[in-house]
Amino acid sequence: MSAASHSYLQAGRGIGSWLLTTDHKRIGILYAVAIATFFLLGGILAMLVRTELAAPGETIIGPDQYNQIFTLHGVVMVFLVIIPAIPGILGNFVLPIQIGAKDVAFPRLNLASWYIFMAGALMAVCGWILVGRVDTGWTFYTPYSSGASNAVLWLTSAVFVAGFASIFTGLNFIVTVHKMRAPGMTWSRLPLFVWAVYATAIVQVLATPVIGITMVLLFLEKLLQIGIFDPALGGDPVLFQHFFWFYSHPAVYIMILPAMGIISDLMGTFSRQQVSGYTFIALSSVAIAFLGFLVWGHHMFVAGQSALSSIIFSMLTFLIGIPTGIKVFNWVATMYRGSVWLRTPMLYALMFLFLFTIGGLTGIMVGVLAVDVHLHDTYFVVAHFHYVMMGGALIGLIGGMHYWWPKITGRLYNETAGRIAAILVFVGFNLTFFTQFILGSQGMPRRYHDYASFMASYPEAAMLNMASTAGSYILAVGLVMILVYCLHSLLRGRKAPPNPWGACTLEWTHTGPVPDAHNFHETPLVTRGPYDFHIADDVFGTADKDL
Amino acid sequence: MNNQETLWLPEAASTVAGSVDALFYFILWVSTVLFVGVIGAMILFAWRYRRKSPQDRPVPVRENKLVEASWIIIPCILVAIVFVWGFRVFLELGVAPPNSYEINVRARTWSWLFEYPNGAASTELHVPVNRPVKLKMSSEDVTHSFFVPAFRVKQDVLQGRYTYAWFEATRQDTFQVFCAEYCGSAHSLMVTSVVVQSQDAFEAWLADNVLDESLTPAERGERLYTQQGCFACHSLDGTETTGPSFQGLAGSVRTFTDGTSTEADANYLRTSIVNPAEKIVAGFEPLMPGQYATTLSAEEVDALVAFIEEQ
Repeated sequence: MSAASHSYLQAGRGIGSWLLTTDHKRIGILYAVAIATFFLLGGILAMLVRTELAAPGETIIGPDQYNQIFTLHGVVMVFLVIIPAIPGILGNFVLPIQIGAKDVAFPRLNLASWYIFMAGALMAVCGWILVGRVDTGWTFYTPYSSGASNAVLWLTSAVFVAGFASIFTGLNFIVTVHKMRAPGMTWSRLPLFVWAVYATAIVQVLATPVIGITMVLLFLEKLLQIGIFDPALGGDPVLFQHFFWFYSHPAVYIMILPAMGIISDLMGTFSRQQVSGYTFIALSSVAIAFLGFLVWGHHMFVAGQSALSSIIFSMLTFLIGIPTGIKVFNWVATMYRGSVWLRTPMLYALMFLFLFTIGGLTGIMVGVLAVDVHLHDTYFVVAHFHYVMMGGALIGLIGGMHYWWPKITGRLYNETAGRIAAILVFVGFNLTFFTQFILGSQGMPRRYHDYASFMASYPEAAMLNMASTAGSYILAVGLVMILVYCLHSLLRGRKAPPNPWGACTLEWTHTGPVPDAHNFHETPLVTRGPYDFHIADDVFGTADKDL
Repeated sequence: MNNQETLWLPEAASTVAGSVDALFYFILWVSTVLFVGVIGAMILFAWRYRRKSPQDRPVPVRENKLVEASWIIIPCILVAIVFVWGFRVFLELGVAPPNSYEINVRARTWSWLFEYPNGAASTELHVPVNRPVKLKMSSEDVTHSFFVPAFRVKQDVLQGRYTYAWFEATRQDTFQVFCAEYCGSAHSLMVTSVVVQSQDAFEAWLADNVLDESLTPAERGERLYTQQGCFACHSLDGTETTGPSFQGLAGSVRTFTDGTSTEADANYLRTSIVNPAEKIVAGFEPLMPGQYATTLSAEEVDALVAFIEEQ
């Protein structure tokens, strides 16, 4: 194959060929550039938060600035990074090739999704900078947000707009998976990444309208003084929390399910073994997607909802915990009698297992009614969701980016640098967030600008917070290092072979080093499952030999 | 029961803290065992089955039904245990003993106000030791949350609605109260203390802290009953005129024109004052004016509720 001449990267030149492209691969890269920028912004905000908390009292910023910064950190990381990242970047780039399609079902809608996402994102960031620095927290709880300045409406409108990008992407993927699979690509031969992104798409389409409606209601209340959430106007203050979590809990699965899909692919490829419990993992993604709609009340055990509701929500929460746990067991079992190759993507997969297991087990802890009463709204919860959202979703994304990087760019990155950065990220992450479990169970409330009062009863808080801040710096060094060697790889990296990992799925076996503009020369005929290495003679000997 | 601070949990100073802590440590240890098992297996497999050559071609592993069944059934049993256990302790945390000493809690940005049955009021919470204390809480503005780590008690405090928390302190000491729900600029300074005293010391403190001009909430409510003209429609002797009598009203079961019924608790009484048209008791007309939501202050509504509760 004279791949270089047909490469999608060479298919057009100039900025217009990128901004007006309908190629799913190029749109994936547009998302990658945008989301990497927002991740950098959210990360800088996180460093400001951690630096302020390095010592009690005011360290570098005052309480109002602190509140504004953690609000923007949450909004950026949740709505502009974690929710769109994996479907937007890797879903777009990989999913159509993995099922043997030339593109997604609606390529123009796909491009429109990116523009809508960018409109929402710029509204959020520019609104916060130019219109007013909102300090409500990313949760926008009423009645606090009812009394906040109207700048909060900019931010909620931004969330409303960005939501449509998510809905359109989900719709696109559902239709693509149903209608565009290559001959022989049966449902039981779909890579588990496709199953996960498909399940995610269902949640995106069904849940996202609820946050949109909630933001419109908030808008109407503030502008027209219609009492919905604000008790001063006759509204119900807890109703907002119900609406908000009715979206935002399923959104947790929008964030974590695609990462689980990446981990399944990585465990199979780098163990060169069939993924244990394929059917279970595939269907449990869909089951989790539906069950995820029924557990929102576990965010509200002490919010004033009825005790009966709390009890039912707690029970359903455990119901969703079981399939998640079984997935972890299956991933570990995939390595059994395999051929485990510890390249950088696999290091991230193992890191995911480590961090996500902690995140999941502490999720059981906060799902238990009586224990959550003590832990709710403390740093224990902060640590728990960072272990799931960053240790799970973002580590999954970073692992996936390292896995598909040669296919996306046609270049290899420096493996040694990759491993060192992975270790820095692992050490820094655990130092940052494990300390917060202890701070939280000792009673330190979250969203605290100053913990001097808490130190009166728990003097160790100073040392633990300092350690957490130090950890965040190590984590930042690791992440910056990834950025540096990826840029180096783009400019100077060694050319990648078509299938450097010896993987079995179509994007590796049926395309050149970089896919063509239309992915395949001819439509692939699929004759085996995604992890059937034992009958895949063609993938042996293709792997990169210069370890 | 170990009351001292441990690595994970602060000192325990209430009757329920021991139950919460036992459950916390049970989950912690089971989680640790599971975690070590999972990560241990992961490290073992990654080493034992590490790649030897690029030509490695592992044989597919047949699924082992027994292993798969065990990793489905064992987690189910474990979560069933922690759910039922958590549920029982949750009921313990949620239901105040009937003889509880009741204190009104008023939260506002960014301070707490505690009002005692004899009319005393303070910004630090004083409670007697070894006696159940029930807090009837409401907020004057945004949502706050009453949190005493040493008691393992937390409850959000809302505007326009009462929420409740209770505890029985087991030790005479001073403990910290935090606001756990983000409420703006001085959220992290919305801190006070709960002072646990002997019954005698507590009563002496109460007597010293009655404000000269202050009346009990119920006494203030009685005055409002006259001032606001409630007596025109609501008797105190059981006579039903334009509106229901207050005699025996609190705690009785009310049946409404739409056929539903509810117990007349404090929230019902409050709603009936500030939004009288919401629920009309069967046999009456919706005649009561709706102005009281704006003309009465939150304290005045509370006082009226306290007054009606005494009839």
